[in-house]
Amino acid sequence: MTSPRLRARKLDIRDGLVDLSHGAGGRASAQLIDEIFRAAFDNPLLNQGNDQAAFDVPAGRMVMSTDGYVIWPLFFPGGDIGSLAVHGTINDLAMAGARPLHLAASYILEEGFPLADLQRIAISMGRAASYAGVAIVTGDTKVVERGKADGVFITTTGLGLVPVGVDLSGDRARPGDRVILSGSIGDHGVAVMSKRSSLGFETEILSDSAALHGLVADMVAAAGPSLRLLRDPTRGGLATTLNEIAQQSRCGFLIEESSISVRPEVAAACELLGLDPLYVANEGKLVAVVEANATAALLTVMRAHPLGREASVIGQVTADDQCFVQMTTSFGGGRIVDWLAGEQLPRIC
Amino acid sequence: MKYIDEYRDGALARSIAATIAKEAVSGRHYKFMEFCGGHTHAISRYGVEDLLPPNVEMVHGPGCPVCVLPVGRIDDAIRLAMRPEVTLCTYADLMRVPASGGASLMKAKAAGADIRMIYSSMDAVLIAEAEPTRRVVFFAIGFETTTPSTALSIGLARRKQLTNFTVFCNHVLTPPAIRAILDTANLPEIERVLVDGFVGPAHVSTVIGTSPYVALAAEFEKPVVVAGFEPLDVMQAILMLVRQVNEGRSKVENQYIRAVTAGGNLIAQREIAEIFELRDSFEWRGLGELPVSALRLRHAYAQFDAEQRFDVVSVPASDNPACECGDVLRGLKKPADCKLFGTVCSPETPMGSCMVSSEGACAAHWTYGRFRDRASTNAAQTSPLKPSDVQAAA
Amino acid sequence: MCLAIPVRVEALLPDQMARVTLGGVSKVVSIALVENVQVGDYVLLHVGSALTRLDPVEAERTLALMREAAVPGLSASEAAAA
Repeated sequence: MTSPRLRARKLDIRDGLVDLSHGAGGRASAQLIDEIFRAAFDNPLLNQGNDQAAFDVPAGRMVMSTDGYVIWPLFFPGGDIGSLAVHGTINDLAMAGARPLHLAASYILEEGFPLADLQRIAISMGRAASYAGVAIVTGDTKVVERGKADGVFITTTGLGLVPVGVDLSGDRARPGDRVILSGSIGDHGVAVMSKRSSLGFETEILSDSAALHGLVADMVAAAGPSLRLLRDPTRGGLATTLNEIAQQSRCGFLIEESSISVRPEVAAACELLGLDPLYVANEGKLVAVVEANATAALLTVMRAHPLGREASVIGQVTADDQCFVQMTTSFGGGRIVDWLAGEQLPRIC
Repeated sequence: MKYIDEYRDGALARSIAATIAKEAVSGRHYKFMEFCGGHTHAISRYGVEDLLPPNVEMVHGPGCPVCVLPVGRIDDAIRLAMRPEVTLCTYADLMRVPASGGASLMKAKAAGADIRMIYSSMDAVLIAEAEPTRRVVFFAIGFETTTPSTALSIGLARRKQLTNFTVFCNHVLTPPAIRAILDTANLPEIERVLVDGFVGPAHVSTVIGTSPYVALAAEFEKPVVVAGFEPLDVMQAILMLVRQVNEGRSKVENQYIRAVTAGGNLIAQREIAEIFELRDSFEWRGLGELPVSALRLRHAYAQFDAEQRFDVVSVPASDNPACECGDVLRGLKKPADCKLFGTVCSPETPMGSCMVSSEGACAAHWTYGRFRDRASTNAAQTSPLKPSDVQAAA
Repeated sequence: MCLAIPVRVEALLPDQMARVTLGGVSKVVSIALVENVQVGDYVLLHVGSALTRLDPVEAERTLALMREAAVPGLSASEAAAA
């Protein structure tokens, strides 16, 4: 006769808190992983229950990327740290032109973090991954003492496969190439800032957090080798992305401010705080540099995709040994769009 | 955005620019100083100078309260913040200003000082109320635009009977600074700024009105046009200045009629007068000691004065000797004329006041305009693409 | 100097405060420095306090003066040559 199975009590998701036993590797850890993460992510590789996921590797060029997510607040209009972690790493893969294959997720949890919030985040991640057609196949959980983490820190790592013949890289921009922006800038940064009580403003703006690999697949198929590079303007905004590319490619840019889309509420929030939308983070937009004669076709393909409806040509690549990103302002004068000096802070002056 | 977008109209800007070009007498050079840092920022950020004819030049003045704050006062604030019982509340603008020995509020915060960035002085009062064991010090800076807000917060603290709220007051006044720039008769010729007129500050003037400039304009025979904050306002004001100069007039004119009156905001002036009084003199970074140019709390409000409650002993600190901020603030030199500009001194590693704030002349030039230095020194090379080229190609 | 933004008064609140909006973004600010503020007024906002009311008549007059100052159809280079 087999020994009776201990009927374990389910986690108290509603009122329970993360405690140090959840990170100790014992029964409590296993229960947390099972009832929160496996329940939300539910895929064959993860369900095997091993410490690692083993799979066959398709032939071709692989891409790997990793990112840590420490955003505060954890929940913001249009997303949360979980969906952000999924979208962000998928996008890093997508910017290489890759099809995402698998994701791994590791969690550092703070003692006392509500299980209800953790479940909310896990469900959000599961949904984001599922919607993107990618699975979170392996993970890890640790718990640190109260005060040593802002609720939860998440690190996601992704693996992707680059189609044959695709070679996107930040050093491939050439004078005469055109620059396309997939949509409005500043949405994510403003949405997150609106939840920081010290700034005290309210808005309906949603983060634009989204997985871009579907749009990228369409773009790569349409433009082929005419597509030089892709980059998503996350931290530091569009300005930082353009300056990075300029440095890598040893070129300059000439941009038209009036062709850059900014939602009225984003523009308004930036006015109130004295911020420049060019430096505000985006999580669902990309910059593409493409050979001039392939521009029109690429734009058509982008606008046919839900995440590229507002795509527009914002300028072109120039020969410039000082790598300036020059911009013609909507007013008609000129300026450069320089690197961000430190973190962008609201100003009174 | 209403009352904003219509004053940023590019087509109207080009038309006004054409009028300025038409009316600026050829062969004559016009030099106007925009006093206010906010105007410096607007001019740079929109590229207004590109629309002006070559004989109309803008010189950037010292109206940036972050820029004119002496290093010693930031040292004082850092010392206050390092006290374990103190919570220092500050506007974000001040976080990165370099103090003595490479220190800054940002670095002090990283080292454990309780420094909090706030949007409004009222927030500091609310923090004091919510955290009665903390001694909250509000680092107050600003010209007359910002002083009324500080006055309101002290009034609020008094009504709430708070004993743990004080203000470290560095409020300064605009007319004495304009006077300091104009009053160059005693200086050697080489140090005199020869501006033909001033673009007067927008929001300072909503508080003090246009009347304080009248005596200055008359005494020094220079026109002053108070201009709104948007680039079209600045352009219209420049046109009005060109006309005054052509007609030999030196009057105070108001371009910002939608927000500024001759008498200003009397309620705000009353609030300021209730709480503050004039200091005999105050050190301005780049301009030196100026008499009756700054404010301190009145005796009746001593309990809210951080300098008294904490026995603040100011140690004057000097700038890098190679720093030319003084000459830049007076409009005697352009940022690119300073040897430190772009070499040792940049927004990331500011050596002096003009680089620390986004509207300091050097920071504005670095962030928005330094590509023009290249155009003037490399005249022989192919010039960079112009906007018309982009439009033709698109 | 100083970043001050025109915002619309949406609602008056106790203790001389008001809810204001700009382009769909709303904030609660002090109106203690401005007399007789009404819903629908536009005020200049600086560091959490309204500094003054914006005069719509004068605002329109400013635009009219700007249009008057503009020379229709003349470009800057044509003007300089003239």
